[in-house]
Amino acid sequence: MLLFGVGVVVNRNPVASALCLVVSFVGLASLFISLDAHFLGIIQILVYTGAVMVLFLFIIMLLDLKEEARRALNAWAVAGGAVVALCLVGTLLHVLGTFPKGEATLPPLVVPDGQAYEDTKALGTLLFTEYVFHVQVIGLLLLGATVGVVALSKKEASK
Amino acid sequence: MDWLSFTLITTLIKIVGLCFVAILGLVSYTVYAERRVSAIIQDRVGPNRVGLPLTLLGFKKDVSFLGLFQPLADGIKFILKEDFTPAHVKKFYFWLAPALCLVPALLTCAVLPFGSSITIPWNGSERTIPLVIANLNVGPLFVFAIASLGVYGIVLAGWSSNSKYPFFGSVRSTSQMISYEISLGLSLVPVLLVMGELNLVTISQQQSEHGWNLLPYSLRDGFDLDRWLLLIPLGLAFVTFVIAMFAETNRLPFDLPECETELVGGYHTEYSSMKFALFFMGEYAAMIVGSGITVTLFLGGWSLPLGLDNYLPKGTVWVGLLHTAVFFSKLIAFLIFFIWVRWTLPRFRYDQLMRLGWIWMFEICLANVLLTAGILWYIS
Repeated sequence: MLLFGVGVVVNRNPVASALCLVVSFVGLASLFISLDAHFLGIIQILVYTGAVMVLFLFIIMLLDLKEEARRALNAWAVAGGAVVALCLVGTLLHVLGTFPKGEATLPPLVVPDGQAYEDTKALGTLLFTEYVFHVQVIGLLLLGATVGVVALSKKEASK
Repeated sequence: MDWLSFTLITTLIKIVGLCFVAILGLVSYTVYAERRVSAIIQDRVGPNRVGLPLTLLGFKKDVSFLGLFQPLADGIKFILKEDFTPAHVKKFYFWLAPALCLVPALLTCAVLPFGSSITIPWNGSERTIPLVIANLNVGPLFVFAIASLGVYGIVLAGWSSNSKYPFFGSVRSTSQMISYEISLGLSLVPVLLVMGELNLVTISQQQSEHGWNLLPYSLRDGFDLDRWLLLIPLGLAFVTFVIAMFAETNRLPFDLPECETELVGGYHTEYSSMKFALFFMGEYAAMIVGSGITVTLFLGGWSLPLGLDNYLPKGTVWVGLLHTAVFFSKLIAFLIFFIWVRWTLPRFRYDQLMRLGWIWMFEICLANVLLTAGILWYIS
């Protein structure tokens, strides 16, 4: 998964990089599944690998980015990227260092009514009880985005 | 032999048996059935000659067996043909694409329950083998997730061919598949709402006890008005699901990715011999798994109609085998329906296909979810 993550950055061919991203998403999903979060892993594949990345690939192919593959490396961009990556690694190391060794990093989630559910039901219950406000805000955001897209494309058409 | 190795071995047997023997065998015989049924519908004879070539051994006549050896001949032909790779293609992706088409279709059969369960004596103790490869709690989602990976095969085939018409073909095919994937997923929501379950094994089990989703009557439970009321949204879900599945598997009346007059061939124009056959097999395997899902969700999976399973002894080998036979006969009946539709209906035009997908199917599926939820709320 990490190998393909590097592949995303290193590959000069946009299609190859998109495919590397796909494989690393599948790797992420398998991590979720190995942590017994079947639902989350499957949704990861369904949404990101199966839908979002297909659209990405589609658009990359339609744009036909040949000059992107030929462009030389920009030294400033590489340096900037390296600094950001190093900062992220530093933060991660700091956060991970604060956890005591050999213990669970986070306490297991507890559903409000205290019953033990399988992962799908637990996730659903949590989303629609404790985090229902967040879900609704995200729903509103998506609705706004949809309306915005329709409005923008209508404007283009009327010109 | 301990429990772990026993499970491993039975799982391996199930994988080999279902994926490679049953599904791939069915693929080749579906192609044969396609040709024979189309011949019957069009009042022709169809391939009826290939059998045992006894004349080679000096006999007077060949034995033809109604041409049942035709798939074997087709397979040999595909393998022996020259495997030609055009010079202008992007090699790596060109080779990857056919595999990406077939593998997801074969992977999805992992969650299909193809029988109840078999209990056999082993080392003095009884062991139960569930007749499903992976008993996942997210069955239908798994199928959609893996099946959606099949799009990559088509995208890559069109792009790596590095030629105009295959690219057009793949763009068409991909946009069709993405559009209908939404209706496909949404049309299942009513079933999942009614069953309250995401596990295909449990869904089959419930239907075997209380009658199929589309035939909600079992001799033990008797008549239940609520379930007949739920038949309205479930029937609608069945129709929309089947239509979306036809579009998703690129079958007529939605077989627009393949069009000789507009696209020369389709996304697989540049492919030859076994690589072309892999696309074909992927399409048929997707069709078989799709039929399997439909049978499992709507037509009771491996169960007998009218809840007759309640009167059979549970877990014996013969009942398990009977259930497997029932599952596969339903599957084959559904495949014949697929073929029948193909040779009966004319095809859609491309804009009609998109309009149907986005304006009709999507809205009907959404309304159906609301309708189901409303009826469920009314009943409880």
